[in-house]
Amino acid sequence: MEEKIYKRPAGLQDNINGYCPGCFHPGIGKLIMSVMEEFDLLERSVMVDGIGCVASNMSYIGIDELNTPHGRPCAVASAIKRCSPETIVVTYQGDGDLASIGLAETMMAANRGDNISVFFVNNANYGMTGGQMAPTTLMGMKTSTTPYGRNAQEHGYPMHMCEVLNTLTAPSYLARVTLIDVPHIKKAREAVKQAIQHQLDGKGFSMVEFVSNCPTNWGLTPQESIQFIKDKMLPEFPLGEFRNR
Amino acid sequence: MARIEINPKLCKGCLYCADVCPKKVIGVTDAVNAKGFQYAVPLHPENCVGCAMCAIMCPDAAIEVYK
Repeated sequence: MEEKIYKRPAGLQDNINGYCPGCFHPGIGKLIMSVMEEFDLLERSVMVDGIGCVASNMSYIGIDELNTPHGRPCAVASAIKRCSPETIVVTYQGDGDLASIGLAETMMAANRGDNISVFFVNNANYGMTGGQMAPTTLMGMKTSTTPYGRNAQEHGYPMHMCEVLNTLTAPSYLARVTLIDVPHIKKAREAVKQAIQHQLDGKGFSMVEFVSNCPTNWGLTPQESIQFIKDKMLPEFPLGEFRNR
Repeated sequence: MARIEINPKLCKGCLYCADVCPKKVIGVTDAVNAKGFQYAVPLHPENCVGCAMCAIMCPDAAIEVYK
């Protein structure tokens, strides 16, 4: 008897999404929805999206969603969680959204230990607006606003959000994962599961950072972008669980 | 007998699936979908062992695996 052993998660819409070929964004959405389906949370969860490529989730993710002003998903998610504690609230943000424009909101939500799960996609640039420099852009990396490469004197150094939040007392789960191959995807799914479990247990703020790619703005093929993550991104952004309690 | 189904409507032709397939089942033809992407197809379905690595790797959730 033939049996379906791998299926498209029920939480996704049936149409084609708006992301570029080879982008990890829809893969991350797929992981989150498959975990939600496993926990049977599709009917009682809300995803709060930031601005940028992540807003394409509106035509991809099938659960209730909310689009916020740039950088403010953590603030909006905190409000939803405090008004409706039984709702599972997750935010889905890019690096320009979480680490630059919304840095204050992110830090404050983490410092209050609000019981939300944050999914942070770090692809080292502002993807949707044309590949400008983000706080996470690597040293020497060329973007449309750093045409000679990022240098420390003018632009500072890349920000490591997991390490920054790890200095606070309140967060309960912090991890950095990537999706470059099958073993890493399985580990990433475990991390998403942990983050949702921490929220279900009421432990407080949890964040999973995904080291992601941007083939279009990096000017690489999908295959080359995976190689770039292995060679350049992972030495700067080491993977692992920073906090789990 | 294991087999995969790739939804041509959802595939964007990044070919992560073809790279990760240990049996080299997946490839492309000249066919394109409505969005203009050269979508992946199982060129050698008889070799499929149902490991589901292509489906796990697919960012667009276009692959379903039967075993």
